[in-house]
Amino acid sequence: MDVRSGYYYTKEHEWISIEGNKAKVGITDYAQHKLGDITFVDKPQIGKILKQFDVLTGIESVKAASDVYSPVSGKIIGFNSALENSPELINKSPYDQGYIAEIEISNPSEIKNLMDANSYKEYLKGLEK
Amino acid sequence: MELKDTPLKEEHLKLNALMSEFAGWFLPIHYGSVIEEAKHTRAKVSVFDIFHMGKFIVRENPDKSSLDSIITVPVTKMKTGKCKYGFLLNDSGTVIDDLIVFRIKEDEWMIVVNASNEEKDAKIISSKLSKSASFENISSKTAKLDVQGPLSSEIVSKIAGDKIKELKYFSCSVFNFFGGDYIISRTGYTGELGFEIYIDKDKVIELWKELLKFNECKPAGLGARDILRLEMGYPLYGDELTEDITPLEAGFERVLDFEKDFTGKQALLKQKKEGIRKTLIGIECNDRRQPRHLNKIFKNGKEIGFVTSGVFSPHLNRGIGMGYIFTDSAKAEDEINIVSEKGEISGKIAELPFLKETSLKYVC
Repeated sequence: MDVRSGYYYTKEHEWISIEGNKAKVGITDYAQHKLGDITFVDKPQIGKILKQFDVLTGIESVKAASDVYSPVSGKIIGFNSALENSPELINKSPYDQGYIAEIEISNPSEIKNLMDANSYKEYLKGLEK
Repeated sequence: MELKDTPLKEEHLKLNALMSEFAGWFLPIHYGSVIEEAKHTRAKVSVFDIFHMGKFIVRENPDKSSLDSIITVPVTKMKTGKCKYGFLLNDSGTVIDDLIVFRIKEDEWMIVVNASNEEKDAKIISSKLSKSASFENISSKTAKLDVQGPLSSEIVSKIAGDKIKELKYFSCSVFNFFGGDYIISRTGYTGELGFEIYIDKDKVIELWKELLKFNECKPAGLGARDILRLEMGYPLYGDELTEDITPLEAGFERVLDFEKDFTGKQALLKQKKEGIRKTLIGIECNDRRQPRHLNKIFKNGKEIGFVTSGVFSPHLNRGIGMGYIFTDSAKAEDEINIVSEKGEISGKIAELPFLKETSLKYVC
């Protein structure tokens, strides 16, 4: 499974890539593998304020409907509208073209609650046992 | 419970299949993408490993047929070389299984049943047959490969000969290839032109490899099979058909022969007279979200039924499904809402099949 260094990860398999006070959020390569073909991504409400690990939006695959959680507290400032007609971008490019939303971070210290790439790799190893 | 393996397990693993449990079997769900495999089947041709389905051979004198009264299929009226869809029913008229019967010879039939019901069906059918009939369960020694898609006749003819192009929809014949005589039928579960090949277990790896040598032919798994059958409105045992459902409720009156006797007939006649309370319908969603098993169906705020199965249809680019509603509570094109714990999906009642233009009845 591909894990991108420089990103931070949640136990629910979301990633966040931070630049200044803004961040992009998506689901990991492991998550897209587990879900199978992604068929729908619900457009989140732009401007909505979220606490860390609140539900950011809903996602559906051929296998299941699931929630995507926000790795940090902040405001939703963008949605990857390419996913409306091509949700399979998440399968093809989970860390780049398949990002889901942009968030304005309100509390950078919460990053300590997330895993870095190495810790996430270890976490995945633990799940596969 | 230990899962049963198909002889092609190693071949599936070599192709990086995602394997999972289905009806007590360890089977390929997909080889990378369910959606791509469904699209490829409608565009070109796919091969599906369907080893798990139950296959029985019944031999008896057609003038004294006992099979005729066990299942709904008119086995003695159908011509040799024909295939017919039908049911094994309870006395109450509900569905023990749905099946396809092949009349191989004047006095020989093959019955193909669902994997999950194989043991149950074998027990019921064999115990009800007359003493002079013979029953053989060939499930574990006979493999089944489904070759489905508009190009299927081109590649199957290269293996079994051009004669297969003469097979009409829902007919079958015996073909000589790979050093043996094997049944091929022009049937399938995808809605495309397609063939089902019944071959000895120890020849199936060779056949699988031979089929995949054709560039246009790719393997497809059970995930794609589910999308393809739903796009055609074909029922799946366990979802649309159960021991709580009669063929009348599932919309199959046209395949029932009320001129002959069969188990469940009296109950069905009574149901016809008293009225059929629920009806199987198609559901077409307004967006890409899919209805899911046991979601509730509402019309004008009133609950009218439930979803039996649903998928994302890559050919309609929206969620589709099937379900049961109270008879006459809604008609085609009526707006409905599908309600799950994840929210509401709006859609409409759709006529089946969802896809009307396919290669199903192409003349080869």
